[in-house]
Amino acid sequence: MYRYDTYDQQMVDTRVAEFRDQVARRLAGKITEDQFKPLRLMNGLYLQLHAYMLRVAIPYGTLDSRQMHALADIADKYDRGYGHFTTRQNIQYNWIKLAEAPDILADLAAVEMHAIQTSGNCIRNISSDHFAGAAADEVVDPRPYAELLRQWSSFHPEFTALPRKFKIAVIASETDRAAMKLHDIGIRMVRNDAGEIGAQFWVGGGMGRTPMIAPCINEFVPVDSLVTYCEAALRVYNRHGRRDNKYKARIKILVHELGADEYRRQVEEEFAHLQAQGIEPPLAELERISAFFADPPFEKDLPRGVDRSDPDFALWVDTNTVPHKVPGYVAAVISLKPVGGIPGDATSDQMRLMADLARAYSFDEMRVTHTQNIALPHVRQADLYTLWKKLDEAGLGTANLDQAGDIIACPGLDYCSLANARSIPVAQKLSERLAPNAAELGELKIKISGCINACGHHHAGHIGILGVDRKGTENYQLLLGGSEAEDTSLAKIVGPGFDEAGIVDAVETATGVYLAQRTKGERFLDTYRRIGIEPFKEALYG
Amino acid sequence: MKILTGNDLKTGAVTWWTGYDWSLHVEDAIDAGAEAESIAAREEAARRVNAPYVIAGERTEKGVRPAHIKDRIRALGPTVRPDLTLKPADPEAGNWVI
Repeated sequence: MYRYDTYDQQMVDTRVAEFRDQVARRLAGKITEDQFKPLRLMNGLYLQLHAYMLRVAIPYGTLDSRQMHALADIADKYDRGYGHFTTRQNIQYNWIKLAEAPDILADLAAVEMHAIQTSGNCIRNISSDHFAGAAADEVVDPRPYAELLRQWSSFHPEFTALPRKFKIAVIASETDRAAMKLHDIGIRMVRNDAGEIGAQFWVGGGMGRTPMIAPCINEFVPVDSLVTYCEAALRVYNRHGRRDNKYKARIKILVHELGADEYRRQVEEEFAHLQAQGIEPPLAELERISAFFADPPFEKDLPRGVDRSDPDFALWVDTNTVPHKVPGYVAAVISLKPVGGIPGDATSDQMRLMADLARAYSFDEMRVTHTQNIALPHVRQADLYTLWKKLDEAGLGTANLDQAGDIIACPGLDYCSLANARSIPVAQKLSERLAPNAAELGELKIKISGCINACGHHHAGHIGILGVDRKGTENYQLLLGGSEAEDTSLAKIVGPGFDEAGIVDAVETATGVYLAQRTKGERFLDTYRRIGIEPFKEALYG
Repeated sequence: MKILTGNDLKTGAVTWWTGYDWSLHVEDAIDAGAEAESIAAREEAARRVNAPYVIAGERTEKGVRPAHIKDRIRALGPTVRPDLTLKPADPEAGNWVI
């Protein structure tokens, strides 16, 4: 994985010193909260419902055991012994003290991490496929390209004050494990007929109050123009994005209002202009970066298969591991969704265990998934049973990947000052209610947001739930038919909302419709697409 | 009733106006009445609280509580982590006022 060079480290260290001075001035009363707020947000420090919240970037979700141990230590030393992994492959701490924030950033810098650009109207953490470098179906490892874009976008002077926040995802497979088309820019690395690597650009996707699926703006941008094309796409947005209206300021609105063809025309015009300026970094830099992502020393001719005599283990293998590009290995996903648990939360002890297991069994690598789990990308099948036993003892062995219990939920009203309703209790109740039938229900992606900002990706849930404030009480809308995968679709609201108990019943009712109507091999989403929303409406509202 | 809340600048902890200082415990909140906005402005200017604002409160059997669920959760802690809730029976009750 990538290691900071002198420039990276110096930039991060300098930012820590700068923020330490800003915090000192704020605590001394030399600057007001209005003056300080944009400065702390540039360093990922929010003032949330109960306290300051720090969001730490985990570039493309990749981290090693040294970094995970540091995250655990921060949870113990500065927070309350746990952290929350997010849908953008970051981690958040909920109980931070302002006076200690610079020390946290210094601890992060010591392990090549930071919280820069995890807030504000700038280019946020670049996300990617959590199975990058391991997936059997990828054209190329997308992470070197994500890292190149991370370096380009970090402290980019032109893009520190965009009309709104800006999220980029980079993948390299037909299978989309990063919700690529629901990003401001989604990039899929592809190979053309000549065998050359290039980037397919999907621009103007997003969730939030106006969900949109990104249209394809360019089928193939040569890899030696990747940064330049990104710069052109951002520059057109920065020039014409709706700064007059926060709710219309995301690039999806611009692309929608201009139309994909006109937006593409303007980007191409800007691209031609930029090409003449020679802003693209030399390919040698990409090659330097790529060297950090070389395959680990995989063993050849490993025995395949596992001993399935322990049925709980066999179930976990079937559910939580996926094929690897190298025979004898798998990628294993550690569920942070125990039945009745808080999706995405991990205690410091669990973080340390995952770190130690990654070091022992996965070439010292972990990935934060956008579904709020932790993946070990390279595990020998022969090590799986030992690995699972250790996970299970720590409450991390739940077998529910992509099933009803693998629920995405934002922090909701339990933590977030923007939320209108709680998400976590609904997720807990649903995972308990549906657990007995989870295997029967098969792939079922439930996603819950506590407000219209859609951090819980409710628009992309096979079953989505949106919490709203209805005259001072929590109310939940049910949506059906969304997908964040390669078959991206936006879920539709079924009808009037429910209270907390009612939404749990409603989801169960919807799954009942599916079980009654499905044909052989159909997932919930397939059945919904075939029969439409009416049978669900009928069952829910009569 | 109108109650006044904000955050402690150093810790970010939720605080409540007691009539003469800021407390971690919503039970200590008083009805700030028509003076609420001016108290908020004065206290913020004096850097005794961060980002104060006025909300509707009500008296309940358990003491003063914010009227809206968001502020109630803010006052009492995350509903999903009762272990992290500030306890009214805290042995440090005598030191509530910060």
